[in-house]
Amino acid sequence: MGPRTITRDALAIGVATGVYAVSYGVLAVSAGLSVAQTCAMSALVFTGASQFAVVGVLGAGGGALAALGPALLLATRNAVYGLSLGPVLRGGRARRALEAQLVIDESTAMARGQEDPRSAHRAFLVTGLSVFAFWNLGTLIGALAGGGLGDPRAFGLDAMFPAVFLALLAPQLRRPGARTAALAGALIAVVLVPLTPAGLPIMAALLGVVPALAVVRRHAREAAR
Amino acid sequence: MSWGVLLALAAAAYALKALGPVFAGRRIVDGGSGAILDVLPIPLLAALILVQTLDGGERLVLDARVPALGVAAVLVWRRAPFLVVVVAAAATAALLRL
Repeated sequence: MGPRTITRDALAIGVATGVYAVSYGVLAVSAGLSVAQTCAMSALVFTGASQFAVVGVLGAGGGALAALGPALLLATRNAVYGLSLGPVLRGGRARRALEAQLVIDESTAMARGQEDPRSAHRAFLVTGLSVFAFWNLGTLIGALAGGGLGDPRAFGLDAMFPAVFLALLAPQLRRPGARTAALAGALIAVVLVPLTPAGLPIMAALLGVVPALAVVRRHAREAAR
Repeated sequence: MSWGVLLALAAAAYALKALGPVFAGRRIVDGGSGAILDVLPIPLLAALILVQTLDGGERLVLDARVPALGVAAVLVWRRAPFLVVVVAAAATAALLRL
């Protein structure tokens, strides 16, 4: 992907998440968070699924501590993303520490879709910054506006995210073992959705690599020769 | 929600993100486990796609998101540009919900 295509796609992802952030802002304020807290959460926590989980628990009358469990479970996948981004991130520890805040689904998926490490880092950074900017802007708009903005689902916005991740995942499926891992992971998650708390099905999908391990190891050995 | 709990959540979320970039760096990836680590996000992303399509809050639901994902899949397979894929998926769901 050229720099222009990366920027264009990153902006599109940013706008889509920004619209979703508006609905987060509305829900957060109606769940009892102040405008300042709503915005601080988007800037400091900056991982959408966890933020929606917190607001969901608080909105349903749960306590703040009860909201922490699902929120952290949903944030755990960012640790896996961060570990896999090792060769993509550059610079010294301080720069890595700063860029670490941008480790989320969207930036990771965009980075991994690139062919060389330089484009991968560019895609990670541009996507992360684009999502950060629009996510925080959308949050502020939603928090200030409150209700009455309409349901984002009416515009099909909830259907955007699976499409975003499908488009980003597809090129990665050519890697050895990737199809097996993807299929197994997706099956595990779907089976677990009705049975376990939010966040767990996606983490459990990591086990999807198990049936792919033999293929991955064999290719790694061949590549090392 | 108190500011203390909010800041604790922010710190924990950041620590999870920074685990790889700050503390592990590229050492792990250079080792033999690098190839496996490189595959790990793939089942996560695949799971994310299906969960975001079917999740109805602790149960599975079939709604307008499913045909929208189908349209997206055909377009990805036909190598349509990214923006076309995403907008077509949203439009499909929006039209079905009219």
